[in-house]
Amino acid sequence: MGKTLLDKIWDAHTVRVEDGGRCVLYIDRQYIHEVTSPVAFAGLERRGIGVARPAQITATADHNIPTENQHLPIEEPESRRQVAALEANCAKHGIEHFGVGNPRQGIVHIIGPELGFTQPGMTIVCGDSHTSTHGALGAVAFGVGTSEVEMVFASQCILQTKPRTMRITVDGALRPGVEAKDVILYIISQITASGGTGHFIEFAGSTIRSLSMEGRMTVCNMSIECGARGGMIAPDEKTFEYLRGRERAPQGAAFDEAVARWRELYSDPDAVFDKEYHFDAADISPMITYGTNPGMGMSIDDAIPASSDPKALEYMGFQSGERLLGKPADYVFVGSCTNGRIEDLRRFASFVRGRRKAEGVTAWIVPGSKGVEAQARAEGLDRILAEAGFELRQPGCSACLAMNADKIPAGKYSVSTSNRNFEGRQGPGARTMLSGIAVAAAAAVTGRISDPREVFGIKD
Amino acid sequence: MSIPKFETFTSGAVPVEVENIDTDQIIPARFLKATERKGFGDNLFRDWRYDSANRPIVTFPLNDPRYGGQILVAGRNFGCGSSREHAAWAIADYGFRVVVSSFFADIFRNNALNNGLLPVRVEESFLAKIFAAIRHDPQAQFTVDLDNQRFTIVASGESAPFEIDAYKKRCLQNGYDDVDYLRSISAEIESYEKHRP
Repeated sequence: MGKTLLDKIWDAHTVRVEDGGRCVLYIDRQYIHEVTSPVAFAGLERRGIGVARPAQITATADHNIPTENQHLPIEEPESRRQVAALEANCAKHGIEHFGVGNPRQGIVHIIGPELGFTQPGMTIVCGDSHTSTHGALGAVAFGVGTSEVEMVFASQCILQTKPRTMRITVDGALRPGVEAKDVILYIISQITASGGTGHFIEFAGSTIRSLSMEGRMTVCNMSIECGARGGMIAPDEKTFEYLRGRERAPQGAAFDEAVARWRELYSDPDAVFDKEYHFDAADISPMITYGTNPGMGMSIDDAIPASSDPKALEYMGFQSGERLLGKPADYVFVGSCTNGRIEDLRRFASFVRGRRKAEGVTAWIVPGSKGVEAQARAEGLDRILAEAGFELRQPGCSACLAMNADKIPAGKYSVSTSNRNFEGRQGPGARTMLSGIAVAAAAAVTGRISDPREVFGIKD
Repeated sequence: MSIPKFETFTSGAVPVEVENIDTDQIIPARFLKATERKGFGDNLFRDWRYDSANRPIVTFPLNDPRYGGQILVAGRNFGCGSSREHAAWAIADYGFRVVVSSFFADIFRNNALNNGLLPVRVEESFLAKIFAAIRHDPQAQFTVDLDNQRFTIVASGESAPFEIDAYKKRCLQNGYDDVDYLRSISAEIESYEKHRP
């Protein structure tokens, strides 16, 4: 029987298997940030040991930092302490650290691929559940707990039971106005927020292949939102071209050799997955969520299903059977590890160009990294945004998770391109509707939940 | 982490006869912003142990001087809810080495084992006998025998078996956690690095 892509990479990284089935899995790269690393560093101190392979670790500050006036000290003392602790720990252990102000700083899952650290066939972990993003390049990447961060510090390995395999195939051309975020929100709405539990997903099919690398990252990023351990896409020419010339990717002849190896990374035709799903791209419209988990999503022009959880609807202030179209949008957030890449900013700018931000809407447009910010400015996106009444902020996790100053006030409605709409996720009492860039842009210029195909005249 | 080796021991137990104890009760979210892993034991069951004026609630078993020992006994589905590892840290930091229940939430069970805390799962009927033994004598003694995977009520001599993954058992018996274990096979890891496929 053939092997799946997961099998190939996992098996090649298995140092040994313990009785009971736990694998000692070798980790090629660990990313760390300020929130989940300090206790793991403290663990090393207590043991009196150091970091085993500092060169295989990359650090950045993202969760706690403000997205304006980054040259000033962070106001909140606990956040400031965590950011300072990361810097000190990295200096002490010889770990490369892209702190605030560094031109390579950004959200950990944005900079990994952007700088070329993330490569096909690698095993990658980070103390953050959206580590699955890196799977878009054909890596096995997943989020881990603090004990596991410490394991990798100490040994460059982790003890892990191999997940079951799942393949989600999406075929066909996307309809006009539909983007990668709609694809993943649609998948989660179909298989539910726990449908992937215990599994590692491989996304496949012509629709997935047609997505840009940025779009593939958006899809893999939200694997965890259906409960999956991770998500991945077999690398192809697009992947190789994306990586060519990136500063930490192999260069010259070494790059060609790497590509030859990366071409072997695919699921064999006779590989059997523990679970398979098939979807048709023609069934996918611009999506929006109406509830308090990412599985509670629907087409922008649908009515809220009658079977919806009443507790979720009460929190959101919605009723089953009603449509969201026309409802107010108080805040619009474009950014996060889900939708904070250059392609996302280009798309948003293309929609709002020549239009005006609606009165009463607060919009936060946050690049995922310094690199994305610089690119956006070089392309003049900041000017297009400014002319339409939007300001490009500084990179960070921002309004995705209410750990920094960008919080949505209680009771307010937010159309957000991030990944989680849990109660209180964007701030206590905040009401989050997840969407792609087009739906967010339509809300930003109308001040209401609107169908981007109508607002922007996109013909089906 | 220099966990003491887990050898057979006999001790009293603290009974918390409540089902579905979630990790928010074990350690409330407001205690999670630390940069160091210490002092979590002080906040174990914080909102059940202390009232809003920080006065001990005398009826809560942790505050009841009749109870003591390294064994926590709790109702079914212990450790459900958020995956926070801090819950296991708090219980271990308080001084418990064993938690007994008739069912453990999956993630908590793993987190406990990763931190040298042994979850002992027994049948519901046997759990009832343990609670009854403590009601009869608050200082009732229990023996935890990891080698033979048995939990014994000393007074009556009744005992029950419990399951544990072979690797984790070895870790506890040898007093090492995953980090110690991974470091103990560093030569194998280096050899993998040299000869990796």
